[in-house]
Amino acid sequence: MTSYGDLTPVNIVTGFLGSGKTTLLQRLLRSPQLSDALVLVNEFGEVGLDHHLLQGVAESTLLLENGCLCCAVRGDLQKALREQLSRRTRGEVPHFRRVVIETSGLADPAPIAYTLLSEAVLRHHFRLSGIITTVDVVNGASQIGSFPEAAKQIAMADRLVLTKTDLADGQVPSALRAQLRALNVSAQIVASSAIGDDFHRLLTDDIYDVEGKFREASRWTEGEAGGHGHGAHDHTAAVQSFVVTFDRPLDWTAFGVWATMLLHRHGADVLRLKGLLNVAGVPTPVLINGVQHIVHPPSHLEEWPDADRRSRLVFIVRALQRTRIERSLVVFNDLVNAPAASVRPRASGDAVTARQDHVAGSGFPLARE
Amino acid sequence: MCALCGVLGGKGHWSDSASAPAAFAGRTEPQTRLRERQARTRLLNLVLKHYGVVVRDWSGSSYLLTSRTGRTAIVETIAEVWSAAEGLSGRSCDPLDEGYLAVLANSAGATQAR
Repeated sequence: MTSYGDLTPVNIVTGFLGSGKTTLLQRLLRSPQLSDALVLVNEFGEVGLDHHLLQGVAESTLLLENGCLCCAVRGDLQKALREQLSRRTRGEVPHFRRVVIETSGLADPAPIAYTLLSEAVLRHHFRLSGIITTVDVVNGASQIGSFPEAAKQIAMADRLVLTKTDLADGQVPSALRAQLRALNVSAQIVASSAIGDDFHRLLTDDIYDVEGKFREASRWTEGEAGGHGHGAHDHTAAVQSFVVTFDRPLDWTAFGVWATMLLHRHGADVLRLKGLLNVAGVPTPVLINGVQHIVHPPSHLEEWPDADRRSRLVFIVRALQRTRIERSLVVFNDLVNAPAASVRPRASGDAVTARQDHVAGSGFPLARE
Repeated sequence: MCALCGVLGGKGHWSDSASAPAAFAGRTEPQTRLRERQARTRLLNLVLKHYGVVVRDWSGSSYLLTSRTGRTAIVETIAEVWSAAEGLSGRSCDPLDEGYLAVLANSAGATQAR
């Protein structure tokens, strides 16, 4: 059986209008390590892309009956990826080992992630590797304040690539940096001009990549260590990001029960959930990574990145209180030692069987929550 | 598939650690799928007691939920438990609700005080 890490990784390159997505993509595709990537773009802009595996897709979103926008399936993407998968299998296109999707400037990355992780065929062949968001250092701050789309693209990112630094004399305004950290405590922030030979790592580092997972997990809490996290929040965007830590090892079963319940009720407001967990009975850290209602299968590191053995959970949320989240997980973790609830005999006379195979209407129950 | 009853194996879920041994390498105590389901069912009953819903593991492949009036629902993964429980109880299952957390904390604290 194919393990999750063996699936074809998919990167999403997003960013607000005119923030330099295509220019970044041009540079990325010049890396020899990314020569076998399939590129899907939704619009052919002014900056031309010269790549042998390039396909255009027209953005269209199918909203599922349960109505949550983040759980919408991108019909265009579904069709394009299925088609390319089929062509790869038949040998009609070079065997691509990675897919890079460039979104439009106003796109919401969540439905793309949902499509990859939940679509009946795609989820057995592709996995979400990472979300890269470009931020224009000249206009970024005002875009975050004025456009919720821009704030969400930043909040959901694994990497924030700062562009157009040459127009700001090579400087990144400290106010913008603080704004980015407030929205996303865990993303790597890097200026496009400062990236050297390892440019490809923007795409290839993720928690399922054997070479890159240690680097990736170490970055998750760097923002917090630098003193920028701590529940800072941006009132304009109503998004806040923070890291919560737990001194005692977490019971994995209790964590699963808690996290699925939280994401069922509040998944639309949990933009990202990442964690380096000290799980009871497991000597090495267990990594979890979630995007709104969807959680990837867990991964693990061979060793702890530092001397700190506490569980660290990164939350990027909308309108959820940090203290309540902390208290809730502690209470659920403590339940492991509670006495079992009595299970009363089953009532037979008035039983009404209502088989519920799926989360109402989603059709793809496996990947949700 | 169970050879006796013809029940297919349950669907996978990210929270099933027994089916992801690589992610839990070096575990001090080996985990089996059934033992994990047993522990999860026990926890679900503690969590859903407040909503008047009882959970049973059904053939190691599904969860059978029963309300106080005897209405039942069968779901395959833990992710589907919550919408089924809400359907049976008519209440929203919110792990961040202060009142609910106080009830849960009492049940956990009762044991720790012993």
